[in-house]
Amino acid sequence: MSGVDPKLIGKAMLEHVPHIRELGLELTDAGNGRGTMRLAYQERLVGDPETGVLNGGVITTVIDSVCGVAVQTALRKPITIATLDLRIDYLRPSTPGKVLIAEAECYKVTRHVAFVRARAWNDDPQHPVAHCVGTFMLGSPSVRRPRPKPETAA
Amino acid sequence: MKLLHAIETARAAGDPDRFVEAIPYFRFLGLKLRETPQGLLCILPGDTKLIGNPLLPALHGGVVGALLEAAGISQLVWQSGLQTVPKTITITVDYLRSARPVETFAQGIVTRQGRRVANVRVEAWQEDRSKPVAAAHAHFLLQ
Repeated sequence: MSGVDPKLIGKAMLEHVPHIRELGLELTDAGNGRGTMRLAYQERLVGDPETGVLNGGVITTVIDSVCGVAVQTALRKPITIATLDLRIDYLRPSTPGKVLIAEAECYKVTRHVAFVRARAWNDDPQHPVAHCVGTFMLGSPSVRRPRPKPETAA
Repeated sequence: MKLLHAIETARAAGDPDRFVEAIPYFRFLGLKLRETPQGLLCILPGDTKLIGNPLLPALHGGVVGALLEAAGISQLVWQSGLQTVPKTITITVDYLRSARPVETFAQGIVTRQGRRVANVRVEAWQEDRSKPVAAAHAHFLLQ
């Protein structure tokens, strides 16, 4: 059972994470190592003006966010996490004008690393726009540890 | 056709920012492009709306990924005379350091360009180029 309330996560993300707020990225479901988010179509996020298709970077942002939620809800208590890597396969263009939905699952948590997979789609989860696998570091230091200064020559 | 025109005028004027102007999402990020002897330098301004971790604070990982992808696409369009935006097939982003919400740079190298597919490697850094904040490799479909 997750120790993190999904509703609180979604609200906190929208309120406190500037980029999530800027995009209006909504958390629609979360819990037990899973998360779902939705992004309304916006013309300012288009990557190809000829077709109106969303830029891949926007999809990266939605997927990175929802993967983070999946990891948080797989943990017993909230800790700082940091994306280590994401591999995103673009399977087909996102349909212009349609909402983008992304769902992530954290399928393995180890002492230091969480493993996730995610997919994004418009209408049908069986016909995804993108598929992703990623890893997250757990318990990243939230404050930079000062490095020892190099010894100066006496 | 608008895009083709933008790419052609950008190249003719030696002003890659005209290419940025044609892509809504690049404008949204506030990207700038500069021509350098090593290729196009892609510059993301420090902007609070791009923050993904307000505690550190750090740029959103997706924005860092978007910058790398944009630098790869721009380099490809600029150097190879493409007339459409290349489509990303896959991109792998390695996050190497937390990226603070300050000016961030990215530069891509086209490792191999075939008839249909191009392989591009990109690095992003902040004050110190020798300390990259992220790196990516991507395959793009050319048309």
